[in-house]
Amino acid sequence: MAAKVHVTATLNGEPVEFLCEPRQSLLEVLRDELKLTGSKEGCNNGNCGACSVILDGLLVDACIVLGAEIDGCTVETIEGLMGSDGLHPLQQTFLENAALQCGICTPGFIMAGKALLEKNPQASEGDIRHWCAGNLCRCTGYDKIVRAIMDAEPQLEVKK
Amino acid sequence: MNPTQTMAPAQTEVEQKYKVIGTRPIRHDGVDKVTGRAVYGADVQLPGMLHGKVLRSPHAHANIKSINTAKAEALYGVKAVMTAADFPDSGSRTANLGELGEVPLKPMCDNVMASDKAVYHGHAVAAVAATSPHIAEEALGLIEVEYEVLPPVMDVLKAMDEDSPLVHEDLYTDELGEKSAKPSNVASHTRHVKGDLSQGFAAADHVLEREYRCATVHQGYIEPHAATAMWNPDGYLTMWVTTQGAFTVRTSVHQILDIPVSKLKVIPTEIGGGFGGKIPVYGEPVAAVLSRKARRPVKVVMDRTEVFQATGPTSGSYVKLKMGVTNQGRITAAETMLAYEAGGYPGSIVALGGICMFAPYNIDNTTIDMYDVVVNKPKTAAYRAPGAPNSEFAVECMLDEFCERLGLDPMEIRLLNGAKEGDIQSHGIPHPRIGCIETTEAARDCEHYQTPLEGPNRGRGVASGYWVNAGLTSSVTARLNGDGTVTLQEGSTDIGGTRTSIAMQLAEVLGIPVEDVVPSVVDTDSVGYTEVTGGSRVTFATGWAAYNAGQAIKSQLIEQAADLWKVDKDQVSLADGVITTTNGDSRSMTIKELAADLSQKGIDVGSRETVTPQNHGGAYATHVVDVEVDPDTGKVTILRYTAVQDAGRAIHPSYVEGQMQGGVVQGIGWALNEEYFYNEDGLLMNSSFLDYRMPTSLDLPMIETIIVEVPNPGHPYGVRGVGEVPIVPPQAAISNAIARAVGVRLGDLPMSPQTVVKALSAKS
Amino acid sequence: MAIVHIPALLHSLTGDVRKLEVEGRTVGDLIDQLELLYPGIRDRLVENGHLRSGLAIFVDGMVRREALEYEVPPGSEVLFVPAVAGG
Repeated sequence: MAAKVHVTATLNGEPVEFLCEPRQSLLEVLRDELKLTGSKEGCNNGNCGACSVILDGLLVDACIVLGAEIDGCTVETIEGLMGSDGLHPLQQTFLENAALQCGICTPGFIMAGKALLEKNPQASEGDIRHWCAGNLCRCTGYDKIVRAIMDAEPQLEVKK
Repeated sequence: MNPTQTMAPAQTEVEQKYKVIGTRPIRHDGVDKVTGRAVYGADVQLPGMLHGKVLRSPHAHANIKSINTAKAEALYGVKAVMTAADFPDSGSRTANLGELGEVPLKPMCDNVMASDKAVYHGHAVAAVAATSPHIAEEALGLIEVEYEVLPPVMDVLKAMDEDSPLVHEDLYTDELGEKSAKPSNVASHTRHVKGDLSQGFAAADHVLEREYRCATVHQGYIEPHAATAMWNPDGYLTMWVTTQGAFTVRTSVHQILDIPVSKLKVIPTEIGGGFGGKIPVYGEPVAAVLSRKARRPVKVVMDRTEVFQATGPTSGSYVKLKMGVTNQGRITAAETMLAYEAGGYPGSIVALGGICMFAPYNIDNTTIDMYDVVVNKPKTAAYRAPGAPNSEFAVECMLDEFCERLGLDPMEIRLLNGAKEGDIQSHGIPHPRIGCIETTEAARDCEHYQTPLEGPNRGRGVASGYWVNAGLTSSVTARLNGDGTVTLQEGSTDIGGTRTSIAMQLAEVLGIPVEDVVPSVVDTDSVGYTEVTGGSRVTFATGWAAYNAGQAIKSQLIEQAADLWKVDKDQVSLADGVITTTNGDSRSMTIKELAADLSQKGIDVGSRETVTPQNHGGAYATHVVDVEVDPDTGKVTILRYTAVQDAGRAIHPSYVEGQMQGGVVQGIGWALNEEYFYNEDGLLMNSSFLDYRMPTSLDLPMIETIIVEVPNPGHPYGVRGVGEVPIVPPQAAISNAIARAVGVRLGDLPMSPQTVVKALSAKS
Repeated sequence: MAIVHIPALLHSLTGDVRKLEVEGRTVGDLIDQLELLYPGIRDRLVENGHLRSGLAIFVDGMVRREALEYEVPPGSEVLFVPAVAGG
């Protein structure tokens, strides 16, 4: 076993410091070392998006980023989304639209939606479908998820 | 974007009648699930917990000659290693599967971990518990297994050949108690006969005979299986499991490990999808044995490859169908042979395929022969309306072919033959009140169907589907709190919002807001026996238990108020959360006021309820799809999709729509892309989400839904199950749409681009 | 007296009689009567004193888990149907 790596980063707005094995993915570090289990493992090879997090402003699958790679970076996960004023608009519109059934893909979709709307605040249905193609949902058929992301757009606009 | 419509014949009446039912409240577990706080199977963390990993057979079919675990045991960080030898001998023991009766235990144990032979690629053969998952994986590589590789059989028809390799040398065909003379891969043959086929075919003006095949497909839930076990030295075993049925896990583990149920507690975690695939046990008994050996808690989490290789798929199938119709389109006879793959051990869902196949139609003369066949693939599990899509695909495709030949409208042929209450089904049981006719009429009249489709290589397909639904046993415990709210404990794990759809039924009885009901899914020590979340039964049956609990609380409150007011209880009523006298002295108080008073006096108000209702009614759906086929690449694009379905009563319409949309999209995946690819050695070649291609958001339009409500007279609110039937029509609807678009009829699933191109070039 | 439907695979034992009226208080009694008429039929329906695993008894459209012990109301229709588990 190789020596552990010392990593410092910003996680959900707070400084964080941890030791990890070089072979541990960011997802393993989040879940097993930092006990943030909101990011889910569905495939562990970058195909399902259940572990989507935002790394220095970019949407990534945490299962195919190494924990050691985030040294000096900023990471946002589902746990950091709720503000002092309550749920993030996307969290609220997912609830109002019944955009989740089992809920396992939900954190990933909400992070993907956040990354999209930060880039493209007026994303169309087609934009959303294209952007979210990296996130698998097996329960909803995507209909209500797409609607939830569209519904969040005006609310995010107001928030700004 | 197309609107989602709700078409309920009695909608205004319903709106007046109900305060809670038919509304769309936010689910009780919603905040936990959008904030990442909900604890799913793999999220369980315990002090001192070890990680278990499973060694799997690299062969599809092989005798296990020996297993040497010494090197793995010696690896630093490894705390326990196990093989099937660590399970109690299953040889002569049987398992009681309730309605399925007593069955031998050995196949169930062997599927969890192979004892003498591996019968599919990925079959578990040993397991390790270590201080980290990586060490456990390294240890797996140190286990030495000596195999004697045998030829595999991968296809249902080849497996039925007399000279096929045998998956089990000691398996004989059972025909209702009569065993075949020679061993066979055909585990059983059953038959239903109704009427007289020869008379029926003699009355037909047109007869078609075709073959239809479905590839092996997987449920594809996003959360892999996960189980954590803590076996205490006093013999008590606690398990945290992502499952469709905590009590089913308890029964299975009790049977496999031969320990008393009283020493086994199963705590269901949140569940990240199941669709039938999270009913059997896989890693649960393994985690338990590893925990006993290591004397520490052990968590066993599958990776995606393991999920594909070793869990759930539904049956690949072969269906031969012969049907006759009159010139007017009346079906006079239908004869079919269904052969379903069971996987490595007997027990496919072919019987359900047989029961549902002709159920949407009233046909006087039918014969159904059903074969359950073992092959070297994972033991099949239920998958949403298990067995029904495979068989109904054949009927729905053939009906469309008749329509095209006879110039009949696809909706009219379904209305002409549509099943009604009292019609005898092909297995002899009469239909209860079902909504075939109303649903088909709503589909015929909908805006989508009434709007012409134009453009080259475009076509519109129609298909219907039936699913039998289930009742089974459900329990709840409800208790009134001092503030007038009600806590509701239930045994049904919540896969899609059922906490809320169950709570709504209790809230409706008491006339209180659903937010004043606090539902929770509890462990097997904390609520009465409850069968699986499956068979589209939870909102129906567990909802009924909650309804009964509401009624019990209501009558207790009325008694208490009568006592307080010194009046007869017949002179007290409860409505909209307020208790009043009906004798003209106009006394009243709210439930909250009475609850506070009773709480102060230490009077407990609540109820335990267990129900086993059978009047679950059948579910029926008709779908309309528009497709465009690219003749060069064979790619099929879904342009527009409308699903019409009888929900009985939509308790929470958003959840009914969600079930319909989700079922449709699984059906689209099944129709167009999904299939297990095995190489000639029987090894699974596409065990990842990249290569097992499930639909993404980019592949789909919005899925329009029309809810029809033909109340089920067998439920206090008219509920019938809604979850499963929407996966039945899409495969045939899309095949029929492709036929109308480009003139080729495809009877083999999936209709992948290469299949479509091949069919087009064969045509030209 | 109840009307018993013979499962299709046993029609060969009954000379293609598909349903008949049989005397008996319980489902088990009905099967005993059938055995007198069609020797061998009991062993196809009953195994070790219990209803054969994989079979379910429907009386007037309802599954009866009491199986052989179920007391059959006069005039009811009794069917033996392959038992199935939902998903």
